[in-house]
Amino acid sequence: MERLRSWLLPLLVAGVLVILWDRLVVLNGSTLFPRPFQVLLGLQELASEGLLHRYIIASLFRVLWGFALAALIGIPLGLLMGWFSLVYQALNPLIQILRPISPIAWIPVAILWFGVTEAGPIFLIFLASVFPITVTAAAAVKNIQLVYVRAAQNFGVTGLQLFARVILPATLPQILTGLRIALGIAWLVVVAAEMLVVSPRVGGLGYLIIDARNAGSRYDLVVAAMLVIGLIGMVLDLLVRQLEKFDEVRWGYGQR
Amino acid sequence: MAANSPALSIRGLRVQFPGKRGSAPIEVIAGMDLDVQQGEFVCLVGPSGCGKSTVLNVLGGFLPVTQGEVRIGGEPVHGPDRRRIFIFQENGVFPWLTVHDNIAFGLSRLPVTERSAVVQHYVEMVGLKGFEKAYPRELSGGMRQRVELARALAANPEMLYMDEPFGALDYLTRLKMRADLVRIWATEKKTIVFVTHDIDEAVQLADRVVVFTPRPARIAAIVPVDLPRPRDMDAEGFLHCRDSIFEAMGQLALARGEAAARAESNGYAG
Repeated sequence: MERLRSWLLPLLVAGVLVILWDRLVVLNGSTLFPRPFQVLLGLQELASEGLLHRYIIASLFRVLWGFALAALIGIPLGLLMGWFSLVYQALNPLIQILRPISPIAWIPVAILWFGVTEAGPIFLIFLASVFPITVTAAAAVKNIQLVYVRAAQNFGVTGLQLFARVILPATLPQILTGLRIALGIAWLVVVAAEMLVVSPRVGGLGYLIIDARNAGSRYDLVVAAMLVIGLIGMVLDLLVRQLEKFDEVRWGYGQR
Repeated sequence: MAANSPALSIRGLRVQFPGKRGSAPIEVIAGMDLDVQQGEFVCLVGPSGCGKSTVLNVLGGFLPVTQGEVRIGGEPVHGPDRRRIFIFQENGVFPWLTVHDNIAFGLSRLPVTERSAVVQHYVEMVGLKGFEKAYPRELSGGMRQRVELARALAANPEMLYMDEPFGALDYLTRLKMRADLVRIWATEKKTIVFVTHDIDEAVQLADRVVVFTPRPARIAAIVPVDLPRPRDMDAEGFLHCRDSIFEAMGQLALARGEAAARAESNGYAG
């Protein structure tokens, strides 16, 4: 019963909203904004041309590259900042200034540095996700339970060994949470990032939104792309959540 | 060094903590001398906040000495050392490792087969057979303390420092843990310095009970407990030792009151 309701209730709400959407468009008499079934037709059109498939892969490719680079740099940097207060003092103000700058503000800079290449959007996605990863990793180390560090030191574990055997595993649950937040932001930024690039040959879901608008106000395709972006974002989050079930990190999430 | 020199010797130990923003430093330990012999079981008791744990953390190399000296086996203490393992009140078992991997943590220098043999030996000694693959979150508080004890013993230290290790456990589990600790201590022949605020616990475990004054702490008395183990908590000798400790803490009246109350409740509870 409980399980059924957790499926049925959101479906019901979504259904009501879709009907409301349809009625409003009809009442309004808009010729530009699509009705729900037109969005579905748009999706079908994109899928049959093979565009949808290609654009999804192109966008995922950029996000995963930017995100992976951010994790590769952000996690070690955050661990170092959390452990060595000198590194923290040196870098934290800089990070706190750079962090609130929207990745969109970097678009001109990205064009200047990378031209219209794949490196541009990857750079923007990297920028969007590297700060939350670094900041959560640093905070996790600062909040590490002293007793774990002391126990390790007591057994003669120091230096790089201490990082590998204690500090990293002790902070992994929080680092994973940081990665989840960062991946969400990275996916959020893909639309903006693909505004500046992208050759029509490669495309992307963000590119699709701009392109569909510019090439004849195809709002059915705009909304279709939005829908796909939302669904993929949800799936990405669910995937990262699966990682939280591993025994190595499950202890860090309390009772759920 | 002479064969019968103490395992641990504390001379004129003073410990101060820095005060808040310019105020005078806070004196926690105000001059203390103590010798602990090889293989001895010593309990430190005193009112809460008196500095028992501070002394233990100094011995463990986690806190610096302000004045005086602490020598172990003739050497001054410089930081933590794998020959002396600390067992923490808040439980220092690593939650990301299984019971087996926790106990093996200090054994990374041993070859794998030997490591497993050592782990197995101590798993059985502390009574965790069958739980080797469990994670700490799947265990009770008492079992987690057993894991920590096994992890400490597996590293084959000369001394164990135990900081209220049973403080968070329920009464019956605590009694069982004490009995097991005494049994393990008798076979392993480790020197143990054990901090507790539970006077019954101290009398049940220790060769000698060191009673601290309130902060800044000095030693109020050292009460030898010359009773055969396992110790009956209602035996006359036991109660006598307990009273001596209460007396050293200036709380003998409290002990009498408690004893009277206990005799009364025994009439109902048996």
